[in-house]
Amino acid sequence: MRSATSLDDALRILRDERRTPVAGATDLYVALNFGTLEQKRFLDIWAVEELRGISERGDMLVLGALATYTSLIRSPLVARRLPMLVEAARQVGGVQIQNRGTVGGNIANGSPAGDSLPVLAAADAVVVLRSVDGERRVLLTQYYTGYRATVMRPDELIVAIEVPPVEGKQWFRKVGTRAAQAISKIVMAGVRSSHPRIAFGSVAPTVVRVSRTERVLASTGDIDEGAGVLAEEIAPIDDIRSTAEYRLRVATNLLRRFWAETS
Amino acid sequence: MKFTLNGETREIAVNPATRLIDVLREEFGLTGTKEGCGEGECGACTVLIDGEPVCSCIIPVSQVASAEVTTIEWLNGGHPLQKLFMDEVGAQCGICTPGMIMAALSLGPAPTLDDVRTALAGNLCRCTGYAAIYRAVLKWRGMPLEDGAGGAVVA
Repeated sequence: MRSATSLDDALRILRDERRTPVAGATDLYVALNFGTLEQKRFLDIWAVEELRGISERGDMLVLGALATYTSLIRSPLVARRLPMLVEAARQVGGVQIQNRGTVGGNIANGSPAGDSLPVLAAADAVVVLRSVDGERRVLLTQYYTGYRATVMRPDELIVAIEVPPVEGKQWFRKVGTRAAQAISKIVMAGVRSSHPRIAFGSVAPTVVRVSRTERVLASTGDIDEGAGVLAEEIAPIDDIRSTAEYRLRVATNLLRRFWAETS
Repeated sequence: MKFTLNGETREIAVNPATRLIDVLREEFGLTGTKEGCGEGECGACTVLIDGEPVCSCIIPVSQVASAEVTTIEWLNGGHPLQKLFMDEVGAQCGICTPGMIMAALSLGPAPTLDDVRTALAGNLCRCTGYAAIYRAVLKWRGMPLEDGAGGAVVA
């Protein structure tokens, strides 16, 4: 493990050596303790202060990759612009995890159950990737190419997440075995506007926007029809936390509740 | 690397990837911090870094460079919260107790029952059923043992 103290330092190390960045370690060290971590070489970026801020740039809300869930919960800016992210952050683990887990880490870890991911997908958030060669921006919905597979190159680092202004009522719901400390069985974020934006976690290999369902709801406003399309559009699986049948049922229930509570 | 441990500056030479809990227990002999699940779920290994509770079983020691780490030993056995955990029988098998106490220390001066539940949501106890623990914490802060709706829930 090496440690970087500045962004330039981190990017130079990633150019020269293949290392897995470590932010709050809340996912990586669990895998390490269980002996399931494939990577052997790490770059600790926790001390890179310039990645920690939460700010506004133009009309964008900019979340530094190392912004912790606790900092999201405490940020008046996030509360005003993206309250569904505050709600998601409150439901990530207990306080101990919220103090170390980061939004960049949640994206990099790429679990389909990552709680912040449906929020960022529904908000049309953009992942900012940087290497020594420069910076590029990728929509979160285009960031994943498969189960835990992404477009990020080994020499790149997630430096920030940009969230454009979100019009409409925001809604978030996580269903797990208990309120805190539970990996979600299913998680949904929605924005109610003339074109509703709806994203689910834990129903596919990656976080998904359900664009067919969104289109039906935008054009007809008929929730029964929307729920029917949703059931065709997602294909959850059985795993250790839940079953496909349960997830499908709960997904349509969540969609209906979102529609009722944001009307 | 250097960091502050229970108020004293310490310097150690270890692999920076070593888990903080292993440094505390093996290098410094501070065995009050317990390892339960090893995956950040149970909170038994809770210590404070710069005053904020964290799970020491999933933190590389490199991340406490120049930081202030506080463990249960800092309380020296005489803290009012420790006494209340005993008086209220908030400790039975004891594995969760140091982590519970460290997590509770970060609470503000006038927590509601809901605040206490939230602060301790990351700490699991399989013995007490939690009521005795919430009672100890609320009494420590001189707060009523009931929820906002007025129902006595931990008495």
